[in-house]
Amino acid sequence: MKKATIQLESLTCPSCLQKIESAVKSLDGVEQESVNVLFNASKVKLNFDEEKLSIDQIEDAITALGYEVKKTQVR
Amino acid sequence: MQRYLLRNKNKIALISGVLIVTGFIGKWFTGNLVFFKGALIVASLFGVAPIAIQAYQALKVKVVSIDVLVTIAVVGAFFIRNYEEAAIVTFLFLFGAFLEQRTLDKTRSAIKELTEMAPESALKQREDGEFEEVEVDEVEVGDVLLVKTGAKIPVDGRVLSGEGSVNEASITGESIPVAKEKGSKVYAGTILDNGTIQIVADRVGEDTTFGRIIELVEEAQDSKSEAERFIDRFSKYYTPAVLGISLLVWILSRHLELAITILVLGCPGALVIGVPVSNVAGIGNGAKNGVLLKGSEVISDFSRVDTMVFDKTGTLTVGSPAVAETAYYADDIEEVLGYLASVERESDHPLAKAVLEEIGETKFSTVEETEVIKGGGIVARVNGHRLAVGNVALMEREKVELNEKARADVARFEQSGNSLVLTAVDGELKVLMGVRDQIRPGVKEDLQKLKKLGVKNLVMLSGDNQGTVDVVSRELGLTEAHGNMLPEDKAAYIKQLIEEEGQIVAFVGDGVNDSPSLAFANIGIAMGGGTDVAIETSDVVLMNSDFSRLPHALGLTKATARNMKQNIFIAVGVVLVLLAGLLFSDWVNMSIGMLVHEGSILAVILNGMRLLGYKLR
Repeated sequence: MKKATIQLESLTCPSCLQKIESAVKSLDGVEQESVNVLFNASKVKLNFDEEKLSIDQIEDAITALGYEVKKTQVR
Repeated sequence: MQRYLLRNKNKIALISGVLIVTGFIGKWFTGNLVFFKGALIVASLFGVAPIAIQAYQALKVKVVSIDVLVTIAVVGAFFIRNYEEAAIVTFLFLFGAFLEQRTLDKTRSAIKELTEMAPESALKQREDGEFEEVEVDEVEVGDVLLVKTGAKIPVDGRVLSGEGSVNEASITGESIPVAKEKGSKVYAGTILDNGTIQIVADRVGEDTTFGRIIELVEEAQDSKSEAERFIDRFSKYYTPAVLGISLLVWILSRHLELAITILVLGCPGALVIGVPVSNVAGIGNGAKNGVLLKGSEVISDFSRVDTMVFDKTGTLTVGSPAVAETAYYADDIEEVLGYLASVERESDHPLAKAVLEEIGETKFSTVEETEVIKGGGIVARVNGHRLAVGNVALMEREKVELNEKARADVARFEQSGNSLVLTAVDGELKVLMGVRDQIRPGVKEDLQKLKKLGVKNLVMLSGDNQGTVDVVSRELGLTEAHGNMLPEDKAAYIKQLIEEEGQIVAFVGDGVNDSPSLAFANIGIAMGGGTDVAIETSDVVLMNSDFSRLPHALGLTKATARNMKQNIFIAVGVVLVLLAGLLFSDWVNMSIGMLVHEGSILAVILNGMRLLGYKLR
């Protein structure tokens, strides 16, 4: 399990949170309970299994919704 | 294409706005309805494109977002050929989003400024002894780093060589230069104002004090209270419900216009955004002013506090004893003080330290035949004189006579809470000093401010004897003060206040030996000079151990809690007014609904923004 912190462009609508959350949770290999989308900080924090998917795939799922990914940190 | 449209939402809003205006101008001047309709159709098609894309993406992940409601409403308006409404609604929605982004950025600015103070690069020593610039993430514990004048210190560490002065405002909120020399601790995110130093890294990245502060503040600004979690759950079902109701209205009344108006009115904007906006602005104000508030739950609890319990030593008082009063009974006082300092210099008793500090520079003499009298003091021979330094009991043992004035002084000093240090030379009393832990400057005024802000009881708990505690309590005008208390007694006292008397209790302590009390209290407030324990275990941290931040912290939480209530009131009020307007009159249509909706969102953001400039009067 790896812990990722993804910094997005600043989020303005609360329904963005729901969208991003559902999109990320639907990926196989993402730990469901760990997904946390922070509205004011405009960040997504989550744990994922790097054997099942890569951080790039997670980023792609978010960019596909139209949100720019600014910086990603994986630990 | 999709991404292009989304990224240029603001331009699209501008174009559609211009088209709408041209359309209306054309209609008024020429009366040409074809041109008018054409302009509006183009404007709505342009405007709805990014909204529809977002709606589609939301539906793909099974979320009924506001975009979905608006898109359906616009499509509906097209069906009934109301292009005017369609164009204006899309324009207002896009323009509103633009304004929201701008104003939201502003409310978040305080915290953003803080996170942007994080260091990015460091000059790291290579194996050949040269320094090279690296990313701060590449620095590891034990690395030797060079910091030049004007640079940010990249990690927590110790100074190896060199000296300089550092501005520690980023972690203490206090913009005063602090001198650093070999062995001094330095903190990540602080700025070296002058000098050049080499440091060794003790903690890096998120483990540094600054890293922890940022993480805490970031989590705090998005932490949710019970009420907010309720609103979140509510809004998850709210938008689909609005969609359902409008569908129902359409089926039952066959009135498409009414149905799509309901869609627009139902957009839950201000309600969802109002509370987070107050939260982020309030916490941002605190972060700028040396007060860390850990989340909105803390804000709501602290704003309703009934009783504040204080630890004495180190919280209300300075924490290290100092000579408060002196009386002399001799003319050759300089000589006596020299002897006294010579004797005290060899002792490690805390009172001795205070005495030495009081005397300062003096002429030291050799001390011989030193004898420590347990529970009394020290007897020694200095320069051929017999010196006795200690309490009244030692003076009695040494058969030193106290004259009437001396006895009166002793009584007076004791009454004001001093420990006594008497000095006799060759059996004659020469000096009397009263040593006590002094009250922090300004604490009395700060406590008055807390009372004015509505705190009912101010209680002090201390491990000291009741006599000393009473003296401090009288001086500060506290409601209650209890001495002889162990850490577990303090915790039990707080528990009893909460459980039996139903009070909301805040505990203010230094966070080290008081952690049980910090944990039991509804709000644990740590006077943390950046210490880990204090930052971790408490709900509120006063940076730099600055007591004077406390009234600001309380005032701020009260203002923030009030602000949240106002925002909820605005949001709910607007929806109710619109609904009433729709049901009982005919002034509400889609465009007005959208205008009011966007207006209420801006109103709550602007209202939240006021908190950024909050100051305690």
